[in-house]
Amino acid sequence: MADSPKSKAAERSAAERSAAELLKAADRSVGEMAERLCDAALAGDRRSLARLLTAVENRTSLAERALRRLYPLAGHAQLIGVTGPPGAGKSTLVAALIAELRRAGRPVAVVAVDPSSPITGGAVLGDRVRMQAYADDTDVFIRSMASRGHSGGLSSATTAAAAVFDAVGFDVVLIETVGTGQSEVEVAAAADTTIVVEAPDMGDEIQAIKAGLLEVADIIVVNKGDRPGAHRTAGQLHAMLADTPRESRPGRPAPKHPEVLVTTAATGDGVSELLAAIDRHRSAARGSDGEAVRLKRAEAQVWAVLVDRLHTRVLELEGAEDLVAALPDGAPAAVLPPVATPGSAPRQVAPRRTGPLAADELLRSVASHEIDPYAAADAILDRLVGRAAGSGRGDTQSRRGRAD
Amino acid sequence: MTDRPLKVLIAKPGLDGHDRGAKVLARGLRDEGFEVVYTGLRQTPDMIVTAALQEDVDVVGLSILSGAHMTLLPRICALLHDRGMDDVLVAAGGIIPDDDVPALKAAGVAAIFGPGTTIAQVADFLRANARPRD
Ligand code: B12
Ligand SMILES: Nc1nc2c(ncn2[C@@H]2O[C@H](COP(=O)(O)OP(=O)(O)O)[C@@H](O)[C@H]2O)c(=O)[nH]1
Ligand SMILES: [Mg+2]
Repeated sequence: MADSPKSKAAERSAAERSAAELLKAADRSVGEMAERLCDAALAGDRRSLARLLTAVENRTSLAERALRRLYPLAGHAQLIGVTGPPGAGKSTLVAALIAELRRAGRPVAVVAVDPSSPITGGAVLGDRVRMQAYADDTDVFIRSMASRGHSGGLSSATTAAAAVFDAVGFDVVLIETVGTGQSEVEVAAAADTTIVVEAPDMGDEIQAIKAGLLEVADIIVVNKGDRPGAHRTAGQLHAMLADTPRESRPGRPAPKHPEVLVTTAATGDGVSELLAAIDRHRSAARGSDGEAVRLKRAEAQVWAVLVDRLHTRVLELEGAEDLVAALPDGAPAAVLPPVATPGSAPRQVAPRRTGPLAADELLRSVASHEIDPYAAADAILDRLVGRAAGSGRGDTQSRRGRAD
Repeated sequence: MTDRPLKVLIAKPGLDGHDRGAKVLARGLRDEGFEVVYTGLRQTPDMIVTAALQEDVDVVGLSILSGAHMTLLPRICALLHDRGMDDVLVAAGGIIPDDDVPALKAAGVAAIFGPGTTIAQVADFLRANARPRD
């Protein structure tokens, strides 16, 4: 009796049922855990906040649950990026900004990003060394993050971390990153106001950094004002900026016209002036410039989720190629997941030139924190599935097997 | 994700200026694939525990060569306990006489590494004993 085909089938379906039950239970417990951590973090528990940040950094399913709850509560904090070459004094300046902001009674969070070794994946996160003395101030929270070789994901991880800080009531989030090409641009996308910090006497470097600076800097700070040459360097930067054409070329972002300031982070000199400049930039950016930055940030967030979705839910299924091919041009090639087709190695599929997703409305809703990036990404995914199906290869609907 | 790096805090408690070992360890563990938060010199127990909490580290590593380990290390363990962080592994190193080891272990320090310890020994120990990943 035990070996009859019938009982085997029954056994199998019972096993499948219990596996499904287990998955559901695991899912439920992740959901409950996320709720518990969010409740506690919103009530001011810092350990729970720290746990949520870890989940966000690791992009776990708990992070998704938590962000869906917290993202709509965010959108109020002032996000300030601090970037520039190693040793310029970014961390010291962040510490000085914390001191100044705390004098005004404003709760401050810091996300300090340091590079991961591309070889071992390890990192030394040393920015905290300069940000001491807030151990018993619960309105200061400093979190170090390794860049973990994210391609395009650094801004998404920092933006998500900033949204968590924002939701639990931090008024200002300072984001420190080492300025090396791409990460500079990424932090600019993550922040409302981007400060580029330089040390005096860059000499020939000034010309070399010009292009990159203008792309990202809302404010340029020449730090180490106590060193000879600081004011000369600031003067050179002023002169250089005065030469920059004011009008934008068609199809390019308007060149920024950053203020240039001198600070001595080590003593706090010039830091209140810097905060005033940040506030000036903030009020100026309430208009269309600010909107453009927020839309870009929303877009980066939605892309990150979309790419995750494609990775985890779609690619192992047959015919995923159509779906990737239906992505709009905006998808940076590097973030597109390689597609595995049965019997062949994963390979990169380029999107066909299908034009933009009519997703502006969605992105605006994400930018204004009405909907979260996950909801937007899922809506876009649904459209993609429709588009891939429309392009007429295979039964794409069957690929949507998402367990909700 | 089980393959994500372990996060380790390396701190120097008290008024101890010997930071060579801590720096060697921080860089060595980075090269072993750990994410190492280094907090620098002259940390009070409160500062260390707050940093561990905010960074949500898996391991707190304490480097102490000043001779003040019998007061500072148990204090840090007690604060970690008070703040619900019993799941964080505590390891220590530096100049710590063998006679003091049992008391420190009883206080909650999982292991103590003296001069001549290799990075590989520390890395292996941390990988084997840090809390299971979620
Ligand atoms: C170099 C040194 C100095 C340098 C320090 C430079 C610096 N920036 O680090 C200077 C000259 C500044 C110095 C000054 C002093 N020193 Co001194 N110094 C030493 C010496 C010779 C070597 C220390 C060292 O750097 N070792 C190399 C590193 C790599 O090894 P390590 O720190 O032990 O770390 C290893 C392990 O212990 C372990 N480890 C360490 N930390 C951790 C943490 C974790 C989590 C883990 C897992 C492992 C681990 O892994 C590391 C790699 O193997 C020691 C003697 C000795 N042999 O240890 C005395 C010694 C530490 N100094 C001592 C003293 C007394 C002093 C002074 C007070 C005055 C003096 N008499 O010189 C001042 C105080 C300075 C201060 N402000 O604190 C005494 C301490 C006595 C005690 N604890 O009872 C020692 C032991 C010398 C002695 N025998 O008397 N010192
Ligand atoms: N003279 C002087 N040194 C400074 C100043 N600000 C920072 N530093 C020093 O510059 C070095 C690098 O500072 P840090 O903040 O770590 O730079 P980061 O790498 O850009 O974060 C440290 O030794 C600081 O003490 C300043 O205003 N004046
Ligand atoms: Mg720094």
